Amino acid sequence: MEYIGGFQIFLGVLARFWPVWLALAIIMGASFVYKKKLGLYGQLFDSGVGIVGVGICFFWLFTAIFAGTIAPFNPLAQIPIMKDALPGAIDAASGQAYLFGGDKLARDVFSRMVYGSQIVLIIAPAATAFALMVGITLGLPAGYYGGRIDSVLSFLANLVLAFPVILLFYLLVTPGIMETPIPYGMAGLFFLFPIIFFSALFYTRFKNRPDRVYIQIGLTLLIGGWIYAGLVFNADPLGIVSIKPNQLNIFVAVVFASSPGVFRIVRGLVMDIKTRDYVAAAQTRGESPWYIMLWEILPNARGPLIVDACLRIGYTTILLGTLGYFGLGLAPESPDWGTAIKDASRLLRSYIHPALPPTVALMSFVLGLNLLADALREQSMKD
Amino acid sequence: MLAFILRRLGTMALTMLCLTMVVFFMINLEPNLRKLSISQLDMRSSDEHIESWLVKNGYRQNFFVRYGQWLGVWPKYPNIDPATGEAVSRFTYCNEPAETRFSGVLQGDFGCSTKFKTTVAAKLFPALGATGILMFWVMVTMVPISLLIGILAGMREGTRTDRSLSVASIATTATPEYVSGVIFTVIFASWLGWLNGSAASATGQGITFYNFTLPVMTMAIYGIGYIARMTRASMVEVMTQQYIRTARLKGLGFGSVVIKHALRNALIAPFTVIMLQFPWLLTGVVIVEVMFRYQGFGFTLVEAAGNNDIDLLLGCSLVSVFVVLFTQLISDVGYAYLNPRIRVQ
Repeated sequence: MEYIGGFQIFLGVLARFWPVWLALAIIMGASFVYKKKLGLYGQLFDSGVGIVGVGICFFWLFTAIFAGTIAPFNPLAQIPIMKDALPGAIDAASGQAYLFGGDKLARDVFSRMVYGSQIVLIIAPAATAFALMVGITLGLPAGYYGGRIDSVLSFLANLVLAFPVILLFYLLVTPGIMETPIPYGMAGLFFLFPIIFFSALFYTRFKNRPDRVYIQIGLTLLIGGWIYAGLVFNADPLGIVSIKPNQLNIFVAVVFASSPGVFRIVRGLVMDIKTRDYVAAAQTRGESPWYIMLWEILPNARGPLIVDACLRIGYTTILLGTLGYFGLGLAPESPDWGTAIKDASRLLRSYIHPALPPTVALMSFVLGLNLLADALREQSMKD
Repeated sequence: MLAFILRRLGTMALTMLCLTMVVFFMINLEPNLRKLSISQLDMRSSDEHIESWLVKNGYRQNFFVRYGQWLGVWPKYPNIDPATGEAVSRFTYCNEPAETRFSGVLQGDFGCSTKFKTTVAAKLFPALGATGILMFWVMVTMVPISLLIGILAGMREGTRTDRSLSVASIATTATPEYVSGVIFTVIFASWLGWLNGSAASATGQGITFYNFTLPVMTMAIYGIGYIARMTRASMVEVMTQQYIRTARLKGLGFGSVVIKHALRNALIAPFTVIMLQFPWLLTGVVIVEVMFRYQGFGFTLVEAAGNNDIDLLLGCSLVSVFVVLFTQLISDVGYAYLNPRIRVQ
């Protein structure tokens, strides 16, 4: 078998990522030039930490988008001769090199790392978004009304938070549970929250302007119902929105595990903000409680929530990796980083090269998100 | 204060009751029971065979009856041998007495592990001891290092030391155990050969620097960043206080101000954070013990969950939920004790 040298591997990797470099140059350049007009996002470009954070996040975002162009091989294809091949081994049939070597099933480690980013970058932000919706929709009334509704919801949230995450996953993400209606019931419940949230958002704002409120609530119900049907019942009439049962299971478990955290943060923020004068002014004007919560309190709580969302996407990525590491939920041949780390760590004594790319990938992505959150926090402190 | 602790203990008992019931429900779902019976019989058992095994061993009784039996508020019945009509023990390898009795968690009987063929107590408590040793060493390394980093970074805000230490702590919080474990094993076990990449020998032959450093390092590194950041934030806040300025103005040296005046007040917040780290450490324990093959609590939990060992898994969840709630209680009480401005109602 022929090999290319270390320097050529380096050049080869740089070259394979060309669409990412191009997209990064355009986006970062444009953002840098127009940073004065871009508000909070533009201010990120004032600090080194912010630039690095944004850069890493965009890097993985573009990698996920252009995965098909970047990866030289199919992530599931096995070329038997390349079993445990060292980095830089050249596949004779295609003339392409296995830049980071082959794993024990003779698949290209580089391509698997690139395709793994797709799984992480779809599930982690989406699950975080749903967790935010659930946490906000429940945290607003708990913080605003207090009293019994707060006691009940807080008790439930503490109940979930008292569960060690790993035990929760072992109970919720097993092949057996997919035969029961539990994941679908939970999905049905959780995915209802965004629809409720947006309907309430539009209704409270425009209830005196029927021309707009009907259109907006109608659109919310139509789009929300369409996605809901596709995700929960797997019955999208157009066949565009669909999710595999095991992915739904993971999704639900991750949302379940992280929404109580959001709930607690939102509740705390609301309890703080509801004592402000502008809330009292709105109450005097006779606004409805939900209008005050959604249009007076929530916009003023956005700073900490954005920071928390960034950290939470990183944490969700770590959770997904944990699931992969324990072989829960994801298919065994799935190229996601956690599964790859699990497979490679079993064989560390003989080969170390399949273990490093997924670990470095996961670490750098979470690091990027944490740096981004840190820079955002710094910026919001300045105001 | 006493009323506060009592009320918290009451909430804790209620939470544990709810959580164990949820766990009990999840473990006893139909697919899980089938998996258990197949592992106890053999792969090619017929459906009737499985069903009769489940009925015989009492898995088909009412849910609340079974939960009550596990808890110890409902009597446990022995199996009746259909041939002779005599009462026989349910699981012989646990020496369960063949008589009707109240024997549940409240009486101190955690049940019988179907995977390890012994009582849960005999399996769980040695494992907890092993994990206790691991946790002790993790705490011994993690707490001083993270406090030191936090204090060094926070005592002069905005300097180069502060910035580089902050970025380093962010980097460690971005490194979960399964990532740092792999990287450390590659560096210290595969390349340098200084340390052993497996802690399996620690269970049998005792703990040495050679086989125990990697697990401890791996677990400590994830927590260090978080505690250090909290310490730094707390330190930065304390350093802007009036009494620090007063101490500086009356001519005390910077070092003595930091150690005598700032440190004690800056360490209140990290105490809570360290206590609340335990739930995170529990997840870390599971990953690290599986990765380094150390026979502790996390290893037992994974084995129990993988084999649907009902009683053992319930025991594990009881222990972990207790740890989480108890550390929360300690952190609240300790916070009120350390900070006299806080009064609990």
